[in-house]
Formats: sequence, C-alpha cells, structure tokens
Amino acid sequence: MSTVIRGKAYVVGDNIDTDQIIPAQYLALVPTIEEEYRKLGTYALCGLPVEEYPTRLTENEKVPCPYNIIIAGRNFGCGSSREHAPIALGAAGVEIVIAESFARIFFRNCIATGELYPADCPERLCEVFKTGDALEIDLDALTVKRAADGASHALNPLGEVKTVVAAGGLFAYARETGLVPERSAAS
Amino acid sequence: MSMTLTEKILARRAGKSAVTAGDSVLVDVDVLMTHDVCGPGTIGVFKREFGEKARVWDAKRVVIIPDHYIFTSDRRSNRNVDILREFVRDQGIPYFYDVIDDPSGKWEFDASRGIELAQYGAKYAGVCHIALPEKGHTRPGEVLVGTDSHTCTAGAFGEFATGIGNTDAAFVMGTGKILLRTPPTMRFRLVGEMQPGVMAKDIILHVIGEIGFDGATYKAMEFGGEGVGPMSIDDRMTVANMGVEAGAKNAIFEADAKTIAFVKARAAEHGTAVPFETVTPDAGANYVYDLTVDLSALEPTVALHPDPGRRKVASACGDIKLDRAYIGSCTGGKTSDFEAFADIVDGKEVRIDTFGVPATPQIVRELKANRRNGRSTWDVLLDAGVRMTENAGCAACLGGPSDTFGRINEPLSCISTTNRNFPGRMGDAGGRIYLASPYTVAASALAGHIVDPRDYLPGVRELEEVGA
Ligand code: SF4
Repeated sequence: MSTVIRGKAYVVGDNIDTDQIIPAQYLALVPTIEEEYRKLGTYALCGLPVEEYPTRLTENEKVPCPYNIIIAGRNFGCGSSREHAPIALGAAGVEIVIAESFARIFFRNCIATGELYPADCPERLCEVFKTGDALEIDLDALTVKRAADGASHALNPLGEVKTVVAAGGLFAYARETGLVPERSAAS
Repeated sequence: MSMTLTEKILARRAGKSAVTAGDSVLVDVDVLMTHDVCGPGTIGVFKREFGEKARVWDAKRVVIIPDHYIFTSDRRSNRNVDILREFVRDQGIPYFYDVIDDPSGKWEFDASRGIELAQYGAKYAGVCHIALPEKGHTRPGEVLVGTDSHTCTAGAFGEFATGIGNTDAAFVMGTGKILLRTPPTMRFRLVGEMQPGVMAKDIILHVIGEIGFDGATYKAMEFGGEGVGPMSIDDRMTVANMGVEAGAKNAIFEADAKTIAFVKARAAEHGTAVPFETVTPDAGANYVYDLTVDLSALEPTVALHPDPGRRKVASACGDIKLDRAYIGSCTGGKTSDFEAFADIVDGKEVRIDTFGVPATPQIVRELKANRRNGRSTWDVLLDAGVRMTENAGCAACLGGPSDTFGRINEPLSCISTTNRNFPGRMGDAGGRIYLASPYTVAASALAGHIVDPRDYLPGVRELEEVGA
C-alpha cells in the first residue's frame, strides 16, 4: 500500500466537534448498511457553520468529494463517541486528517475503522494551507508539501497508527497479529 | 510500585502486577453497554467480523439500553430499536431495556398520542448512563466500556469507564477484551464544602474552565479528597459525566461506604449482584497534574457558547438574554436535579419556554411521588410553566430528529443543564447553548436572562447576611 497521499486540502479551524462532522439527526443511519454508509459520506462536515465555511466539503451530496485531505487546528473530533464521524469522512473520500491535536475517541475511531489516517503535526498548518491547495503527503518521510511552492512541513511520527490503518483497521490488524481468528475460522 | 486508581484497575483486569501510564494493555471488560444510535452499527461490525452465527463473549455482560432517538416518528430511528431487539433475542441477552414489552414486537412511536404521555413498556430504562447504576450494572474496581462518550459517568462508582466506537465495541462483543493505552492521571483534590446555591455542576464547569476543554485529553481525571465524602452519588455522577468535556479518557472517584451501599442496594433490587472488589489509589502514585479545588470558594458557574470550557460565574454574565431553558440529560436530568429546579420555581412562573425531560422512568415516578406542601414535585414544575414529558430519554440534549421534544429548531439561545454546547448540539446550527446547574437554569428561566440563582433561592441571601 502506497504511503504517499496526493490531493486537495479542505481546511478547518479549532475544536471541530463530532456534531459538526456529522450532525446528530443523521445518526440513525447505520454505517454497516452499505447504502446508509454512502449517505453518511454525503453529510460529512455539513454541520460546519455556512458563514464561516462557504465552501462545503461535499456539494449537492456528491461523493467522493473533491477533497481527500483535511487540515485542522486543535482538538479535532471532540465530543461524542459516534463512529459515524470518521466513517462519514471516509465515505466522503477523505483519506487523512492532519491536525494540531485530536480528541481521544475520534482518534481511536479513525484507527479502529481504518477509514482514515489521523496525523498530528507540530505546526499550525490550518493557518498555512488554504482550502483547495494541492498537497502531497509522504507518511514514510513524515512530510506534507504544497505543490504550488514545494515548501515542506513536518508531521509527527505515526507509530503503530500507520500500521493499523494501513492494515485496514482494528480487525484486519488483530487478524494479522493473531488477536482474533481468521475470518474463515470465525464463521 | 505505586499506582493511581486507573492504573490499578487496568493492571488487575490486564492480569498484571503493575502498569504505568503509556503502557498498552489488553484488558478484560466487565460490562459492555450500547444503545440505539451505536448498537446497530456495532452489531453490524460484530457480524461482519465474527460471522453471522457468532455469539457474544458473555451475554450477561452486554447491557443494551435504547434511549437516544426513541420518541420520534423518524422511521430509521424506530427501526434501530427493532435491530437491537432482534439481536438480543438471537443472543439471549438478559439485560435489554426495551422500549416495548413484546419481545417479538416492533417499536413505533405514535405521535397522535402526544409527546408528553408515556409511550413505553415496563422494561424501558431511559438514558443509559443513569439507567446503568439505577439497574445495578455499575461496580467499583470494574472496567465498563460503552459506545457513548459519557460512559465516563460510571467513574463515579470507582470503576474505569470509558466511551468507545462501534468497531472497538464489536471487538469487545466478540472477545471480551479491549486494547487500551494506560492514561496518565490528573488528580483533583476536592476540599471544603459547597455553599448554598452551588451545585456539583458548578464544580465540573469550574474544573473544565481551569484546565481548558482539551485539558485532560488522553488522560484520567481522578477525584479525591475530603470534599468527596459529603457529595451525593448524584453529585459525583454529574462531575464524572463531564470529564469527557475536558477530553478525558475517564473520570473516576474513589469508592466509599456511600458508593458501596448504593451499588449493593441497586443490585439487590434488580437481581444484578456480582461480586466486586473496591480499589484505592496508592500513596505516592504518579500524577501528571495536581489541583486542589476549594469547594467553598465556588460560585454558580456557566459555560458560555460554544464550548464547555468557556467558564464565567453566573453573576458576571451581564445581560445574556435567553429564549429557552432546558432541564434533562445524563448530566442534569436526575431526581435531585429536578428537585433543585423545583426549589427555585416553586410558586413562581417561568418567563421563557422551559422543557423538562427526566433521564429515566424511575425519575418520573419519583418526581410524581415526592411531595412539597402536599403537591408533587411534578405538579409544582407543571404549575410553574415547565413543559414536562414522561417520555424519559436523551431528547433534545443532542438535537436528534426534528420532532424531538424540546429540540431547538431555530437559532435560539437556550440555557441548559446538559453537558455540551457546541454549535448545533441541541438542533439548529445557529443555536446558542449555555450550560449551567439546575439552580442557575431555573433562576434564569424565571428571569429570562442568565442570573445568579442565589438571589432566587429561598433563604440563601438572608442566611448569608446573618452569617456574615
Ligand atoms: S443525555 Fe445527552 S449526553 Fe447523555 S447520553 Fe443522552 S445524548 Fe448523550
């Protein structure tokens, strides 16, 4: 699996909570039902206030959205334990969120579902990049570069997180490491 | 090696003599809780990963409590309760607090009967975090995980309790285990005695204001000190409940005689007794942070929109006008919360739309049974103009479907006894939510703007003057 991610950035500020990532009225959608999983993607980040975020992640409920990279400030994903949040982002086509810091449960849910990489960074990249910037992220070299000027910024080491997300989430990882039996043996 | 309360519990359930902050451990889970919003997804992952015929690791340790989107005509929400029922039937799970009594029935909310009158059967238990202790599923020394961030509420009982996602929960369902990183512990020493007009909600709003609303991220918050003893079980639950509002992995109180008496009484009442062992923190344990909170110095406190860390004392809030008041939820919808609310509004009339949602049916019954001057607390609240519903549950605490009782469907300003005030939390994205204690919410409902409740609490100001 390639660990270089290229694409367009969608930039948000601090304290983006799970109600803004996927508002509560959509939680009746069950992520393991395929059609409802797709639907969740169409609502990703639709709770962001329109005045502050006139450009939306998804337009007209179209997935995948034009952005596969989210750049955020502090405490991304704070609030509820709803796994709908990383799933909505993943279903919208987002592959990675780079934030200054994450709320614990959201961070853990990204890894468990394998939907997207949660990567933190020492710099306040949400003030460096703009929505629509073309970026290239190298998860081995731990760098993120803007195509336009080539300036490189560092990511913090991902450690085990990379292994688990790359494997496809908690269960895939647990099978690889023998924590749960192979699928054939399980059913 | 000296360990904090959290380290000690995790070490025991990981089968190790000691663990220290940062250690990753595979821990045995005592109870897994899920509800109607995350249960169906958890069941979906469980079946996908372990197979259609897989069995849960221990049916008696899986507790399923529909509570979030119940009293709504939203079809998917009603269906989700049916998904839970079907799973419970297949698996033989004894602790399922269904909305209806018929184990093979279908749940359908009947809007034509109105939202105020009870539409649930005998088993329905209401908001999971209040129902868990009420029905005897919380015990000191245990590990409780739940698919809800406020699972940390059960830390009030001296156990490790934390919120997890569907995938983690499905892993627990199949294996009985969870991989956890041992969190560093922050210690909060409560000293002194709360003054009249100050409530447990004020303690936690103060603490979150102090450390910031991501101030405990990845950490355990351990509450101890002489100030804990006089606190009621409800008070401890209110404080532990909002630990996650500072980003904490868990919040925990040392169990004392009060805890044990409560736990044993509920277990005896509901036949849920399981042996448990109380754990205490070691002297000399390693805390990454230490804060002494003088309860006697606290004042009625408010968290301003839009995050629970925006602390301001109520008396300094100036003229923040309100459209609505709300009392309910796992934070502020307990019997003691409504009684405090009634202390303020008894014989008066609220000036703004005010909604009351008891957390559980048991609380509805208590409010109808409790008397003040010959009238029930329930009637006192109704007479004061509070719109009360018997349909206990999460209701508008998290917005929910548009027909949810008390939901903010326009950009209103609302003062609430709940725990979150992020944009859109109670419905409309333009709503402004202020978090406060039941006293402060009640007094503000009478005034129409945010006020210090001590001016409204019979006897409080007079007492202060005599004492001064
Ligand atoms: S009452 Fe509110 S905070 Fe508590 S479990 Fe329900 S939705 Fe969550």
